[in-house]
Amino acid sequence: MNFFRFVNGSFKIITKGSASYYAWVTFLILLTVWGGFGYANQLAHGLIVTHMRDSVSWGFYIGNFTFLVGVAAASVMLVIPAYVYHWKPIKEIVIFGELLAICAVIMCLCFIVVDIGNPLRFWHMLPGIGILNFPSSLLSWDFFVLNSYFILNLIIVVYLLYCHFYKKEYKVSFVMPLVLFSIPLAIGIHTVTAFLFNALPGRPFWNSALLAPRFLASAFCSGPAILLILFQILRKITKFEIKDEAIWTIAELMVYAMFIYLFFTVAELFKEFYSGTENILYWKYLLFGIGENHEIVIYSWSSIAMGSIAFLLFLIPGTRKNFLTLNIGAVLIYGSVYIEKGIALIVPGFTPDTLGQIYVYTPSITEARTAVMIFSSGFLLFTFLSKIAIAIVFEDYCIDDLSSKKRKEKVDKVPVTV
Amino acid sequence: MKYYLKTKFKIEYLLFLSVCFLIIRCNDTSEAYKPGQIQKINPESESYLKHEEIAVSPPPFSDGVFPCNDCHAFRKPNPVRRKLEWHEDITDIFNHDSENRWCLDCHDLIKRDSLRLASGKLLDFKESHKLCGQCHGDKLRDWKVGVHGRRTGEWNGKKEYYLCVSCHNPHSPKFKPIKPEAPPFREDEEIK
Amino acid sequence: MKKPVNYSGRRKFLKNLSLFAVGSLALSGCGPVTMKEFLQKNFRTLSKKEKDEIIKDLEKKYTAKYGKEFHVTDEPAADGVEFGYALDLSRCVGCRRCVYACVKENNQSRDPQIHYIQVLQMEKEKGIDFAHSDVHYNPELVPEEGYFYVPVQCQQCRNPQCTEVCPVKATWQEPDGIVVVDYNWCIGCRYCMAACPYGARHFNWGEPTIPADEVNPETHYLGNRPRMKGVVEKCTFCIKRVRNGKYPACVEICPVGARKFGNLLDPESEIRYILANKRVLVLKQELNTQPRFYYFFGV
Repeated sequence: MNFFRFVNGSFKIITKGSASYYAWVTFLILLTVWGGFGYANQLAHGLIVTHMRDSVSWGFYIGNFTFLVGVAAASVMLVIPAYVYHWKPIKEIVIFGELLAICAVIMCLCFIVVDIGNPLRFWHMLPGIGILNFPSSLLSWDFFVLNSYFILNLIIVVYLLYCHFYKKEYKVSFVMPLVLFSIPLAIGIHTVTAFLFNALPGRPFWNSALLAPRFLASAFCSGPAILLILFQILRKITKFEIKDEAIWTIAELMVYAMFIYLFFTVAELFKEFYSGTENILYWKYLLFGIGENHEIVIYSWSSIAMGSIAFLLFLIPGTRKNFLTLNIGAVLIYGSVYIEKGIALIVPGFTPDTLGQIYVYTPSITEARTAVMIFSSGFLLFTFLSKIAIAIVFEDYCIDDLSSKKRKEKVDKVPVTV
Repeated sequence: MKYYLKTKFKIEYLLFLSVCFLIIRCNDTSEAYKPGQIQKINPESESYLKHEEIAVSPPPFSDGVFPCNDCHAFRKPNPVRRKLEWHEDITDIFNHDSENRWCLDCHDLIKRDSLRLASGKLLDFKESHKLCGQCHGDKLRDWKVGVHGRRTGEWNGKKEYYLCVSCHNPHSPKFKPIKPEAPPFREDEEIK
Repeated sequence: MKKPVNYSGRRKFLKNLSLFAVGSLALSGCGPVTMKEFLQKNFRTLSKKEKDEIIKDLEKKYTAKYGKEFHVTDEPAADGVEFGYALDLSRCVGCRRCVYACVKENNQSRDPQIHYIQVLQMEKEKGIDFAHSDVHYNPELVPEEGYFYVPVQCQQCRNPQCTEVCPVKATWQEPDGIVVVDYNWCIGCRYCMAACPYGARHFNWGEPTIPADEVNPETHYLGNRPRMKGVVEKCTFCIKRVRNGKYPACVEICPVGARKFGNLLDPESEIRYILANKRVLVLKQELNTQPRFYYFFGV
């Protein structure tokens, strides 16, 4: 019953808010509905309304899935520097990082569901009632680690907030091992996702040992970028305290990640282009196009351009410590990795296809709308969860507010998030 | 060799995983069939010679040509190689070592309804493959075991063979180019 | 703590509600899926009785849909049989007769189009080079000067990538070597398509269409029975034909006799003769998929 009150209290938080909060939520709901109609169209006619075909059998959906796995993984990995550098609000960093991870994992699973041809048969994957091809299929591993990661993060966050809500001291002996376990698991979900592609010898573009390291490095660029901005917002609107130094340290760590990513990519490119085997075709398609087919080149170069600018902005101390340029850099690196994972990773793996034929894939409107549906509902969820967390952690919203009258005044004062 | 390496790796891989997770449902039936199981066989062994009695499709005569004796019974046989005044449909296309050969290298001069081997042995038109085989022995050998040419029927039972002449015109045996069936749709055109 | 009965009642209600929601979703928006079909188990875990019942339902459904008597069977693999295929690269002229014989026999969708056989035109000077091959060639006459043709279909690998990656075991290798798909179990994730190095797996992107007068009513459950949208399908060596002793449709139609088929375990089979007497090759040998589909040069 205690837990039910906690849920009830949390629910009350998300239904109350300022006008701009309502506007933001309405905006997200409208986007979700608009996207939802696109998805309904796909449900009715099948995946034929996407631009995926036998030659390019995975596209934008799986790209988004891969990107979000990176976000989910990286947001928790921020716990390591927070711990190492003794940033003061480590608990808050854990909470918001894991909230982001929870939303990202949910969005991942949504992207899998919209990508499969028979979403109703999803239960076939559930162990016990269905048949999970474990351990043979990497997809079953991914399913397993993603769900474990989701449950683990959910337990940690709910436990922390629950304790806060009931004004109890949380047990470090309970939380700490879970947090520590969630870090290797974060690396695990991203590695397994990379292995998902890596494991296919028939697709030389992915069949490189550097794929998983590159994945992790790029996740370390994009995941913290979101939190970097989120922390600044939180610092402004709540009593969340994070020093400038901590933010700069995050940025500094992102530079390392970008450098490592750059290095891995250069190593990959050197191997491909210097040896010049026929496997070079995939990179050629990505970077220069083959024959008349240049449609994807714009994506790859815009990702490269955004990434390079962000790298410079983060590298030069002057721009790193200027919050305007820092935030521009964060947005750019986020966009760069998004395009890289969303398009530039998946599509060249399939083009040319295994029989050497070229089918030019770019996402269809339906795919874009479905992605908008998932992202906006994911953001909505994240807004709600952050609002609950902010209220409980920073505004001392607690069990007393549920029973006493002063609750009402207090809740109304909860500021807008994000 | 490579296969066994792979198998070994697989076992270690599974062993490693089973340490973590005890439940492994493995219905891998492929283990029962390995390429190593194919034994060496001798193509000259008895089994390949038992096809002497072969069910063949009937020879594909053009209309009104057979029996030849319907006309040739009334004509005087002439063994001298020359340009024929008849059979333009054949002489026009004749292209089968035409520099060195002509009608009577295969058709018998006297018994017009028979074919004739180089040895002088006469053959029925239903056995024309033996005539082809006296030059194209390797093809005949492949054909007997079903590797050259078409067969229909059952892969493990009764089969019907097509005679050489069912596919190759004996007077001009090289295959002629044919019209291909429609190419597959272009995937990008389907979208537009 | 105080009212546990209430609590479990609420949970039960929620559970029922969600089951109802899933069930009604199953029955409404997503095509004619019955609850029975929705709950059907993997083919390999079904009992004889369940299989018979499912097959009877299917026959009824197909007969009603296409207006002719349909037969669905589930002949299992015979003992001592492992199918092998060989294709004579020196004979193939690229006429695509096999492609359409296959479509007809196996009830592939005409629109959206699915072809199990892709005939690749390759330059003689380049050898087997997929990057420079063309599947859309369309001259007046074939073969064209300077080109040769490589038809590619499922290679029925001994070490198949596709079955290994399937997350739900909806595709597997039968004892006679044929890799099959349970269309009612496939979730349509297309991981197998990413894994297959031969482009042999095809997805029903939309609702498959087969003209009723062209539909082949003699079908096998794991083969040529009509499929639904959102599932993967592939060449099964014409499982319906070969499990009944016949040659695959592509073998019979080939006008130049380039296609050979037989039992790899029978020393007297055509396929064994080819392995013993011709020089064979397999596509992408370096991937260690070990195809049962060989290419050879008859001359």
